[in-house]
Amino acid sequence: MNILVCVKQVPDTTEVKIDPVKGTLIRDGVPSILNPDDANALEAALSIKNKNPDTQISVITMGPPQADEMLRECLSMGADHAYLLSDRAFGGADTCATSTTIAAGIKKVGNIDLILAGRQAIDGDTAQVGPQVAQRLDLPVVTYVQDIQLENGKVKVQRQLEDGYEVIEVQTPCLLTAVKELNKPRYMSIYQIMEAFEKNITVWNHEDVELDPADCGLNASPTQVFRSFTPEPKGKGEMLAGDTKEMAKTLVTKLKEKHIL
Amino acid sequence: MAVRIIKDKCKGCTKCVKTCPFSAITMEGRCAVIGDACTSCGACVEACPFHAIEKDEEEKNAADLSAYKGVWVFAEQREGSIMPVALELLGEGRKLADEIGTKLCAVLCGHEISELSKELIAYGADTVYVADDIELKNYRTDAYTKVIYEAIMQYKPEILLLGATHIGRDLGPCLAVKCGTGLTADCTRLEIDSEDKKIKQTRPAFGGNLMATIVCPNHRPQMSTVRPGVMDKAVYDANRAGETIELTVAFQEGDIRTKVLEIVKTAGEAVRLTDAEIIVAGGMGLGGAEGFSLLQKLADKLEGSIAASRACVDAGWIEHSYQIGQTGTTVKPRIYFACGISGAIQHLSGMQDSDYIIAINKNEAAPIFECADYGIVGDLYKVIPAILEELES
Repeated sequence: MNILVCVKQVPDTTEVKIDPVKGTLIRDGVPSILNPDDANALEAALSIKNKNPDTQISVITMGPPQADEMLRECLSMGADHAYLLSDRAFGGADTCATSTTIAAGIKKVGNIDLILAGRQAIDGDTAQVGPQVAQRLDLPVVTYVQDIQLENGKVKVQRQLEDGYEVIEVQTPCLLTAVKELNKPRYMSIYQIMEAFEKNITVWNHEDVELDPADCGLNASPTQVFRSFTPEPKGKGEMLAGDTKEMAKTLVTKLKEKHIL
Repeated sequence: MAVRIIKDKCKGCTKCVKTCPFSAITMEGRCAVIGDACTSCGACVEACPFHAIEKDEEEKNAADLSAYKGVWVFAEQREGSIMPVALELLGEGRKLADEIGTKLCAVLCGHEISELSKELIAYGADTVYVADDIELKNYRTDAYTKVIYEAIMQYKPEILLLGATHIGRDLGPCLAVKCGTGLTADCTRLEIDSEDKKIKQTRPAFGGNLMATIVCPNHRPQMSTVRPGVMDKAVYDANRAGETIELTVAFQEGDIRTKVLEIVKTAGEAVRLTDAEIIVAGGMGLGGAEGFSLLQKLADKLEGSIAASRACVDAGWIEHSYQIGQTGTTVKPRIYFACGISGAIQHLSGMQDSDYIIAINKNEAAPIFECADYGIVGDLYKVIPAILEELES
């Protein structure tokens, strides 16, 4: 079985801070990581391979040359092949244009039985690229997958809902997006880290995946950033004074006075 | 649109490099260079003291956009009930439609749901497009995408709003690709540009650290998903009139490639945080899962709900369905008690629009106090019992 996993290198948003004076993002020293949900997608592929050793796992990403580092992390976790879609022409893409490029890359890899992706990336939180890639490849898609069972060429998954889950049967090939409840990603193995640095990472530009520059990147993005700004903090209110009992009394009195309670 | 450096004017001050939210600008010698990561957001244009950066606003001659009219709302139903977010979208959609001077429409898919169209009209829809078919009983990506895509092609709405639920966030991206248009996810504010009548969609990015306003100038429909709990629900008026239009539904073998075998509700499903008037939320300051029983006492007293920060969910103290914040639920109750929550920006983005925020924290420097209406520095295990006692008296 051939599995392909879509991954993304993201800044660790929990480490992103705002410069209080300039009101801009401080990116210095913010580590780049493998997007957490994508790590769950890769883990799902690896655990299928553990049960079916003839499985081949490819990882694919679109990004700058530095994404090489993250792809080697994926190889160190146990992926077999890595593809990097990197080209100036891909830059500035919204989700719509990103899905075009990734779908073109997947077509070029070819012969895939199962595509896995993370539900969403922590830098954008859109959850759009996964289902959009499936649409472009005309494949069935199930998002928010929290359990995967393979049975005689059919895939049975649990799709997370806000108040429970659905059990869904889907034909292959298909695309599934993983949530963190799906599994616990493994660590890289020392042996595989050494191996990963000897493996070849295939880098493709727009010509390699047969895309016209007009059909990718900023040129092919229907949505555009009109402006970006840092959210204004709500003004600080009143700090209550006194001992615990006094503060509790003041609070309840104030809430009652204002008819909030 | 593209951002360009005017080389003659650039003095090499590097202000733009520091301002760029996407780290897309580098210096080559004493001149700035815009790199691949540029999204044309224009933050650098304003930052440049020498007016050395310009943004081209080239109007593309796209398809005839004027053929697209009306604001559509995806009226998500589950088990024959309209989801609360659909009513919020009707509330917001009404404002947008009035500003543009167009109709507000709802698109409804399901089986034996025609009664619901009356409800949607009472909540403000001028027209309800109904697709009623056994295959549409439960949401399935392929089925809903096909039916709504065909309706969009036929009736050409200029705007389509969907709730950012697990269903809306599945359907939206698929529809956007089929229609060849853009989709902005998880919007927290929508407004109509007074000049060109196009929609401006604002959403948090980078885990709530940055807000981005997105436009979709040359493609239709302009699509947004909107987080539940963010917009104000439409007002119900049983006397409102509207029309219902039946959509033709025709599926062929192979159109629907998934089968729903079972729908399972997990215990604790009663968590409806978006509807709660009062929320008592706990963070790491609780020290353990047992702390939620104290919060529950206060919540019971005030007929509210308990909730949690992401850290508590990650620690396994409480289920994810209770989580408030960027990757949880967005709420705006009348009163939000933040107990032992430090106030990470990801948490704030999910609750800062609450009417009144009351923060209880041992650490007086906790960022939560910056957005609290009332702050109490103290041990929540002493403060909450004192509040309970005060409420009893």
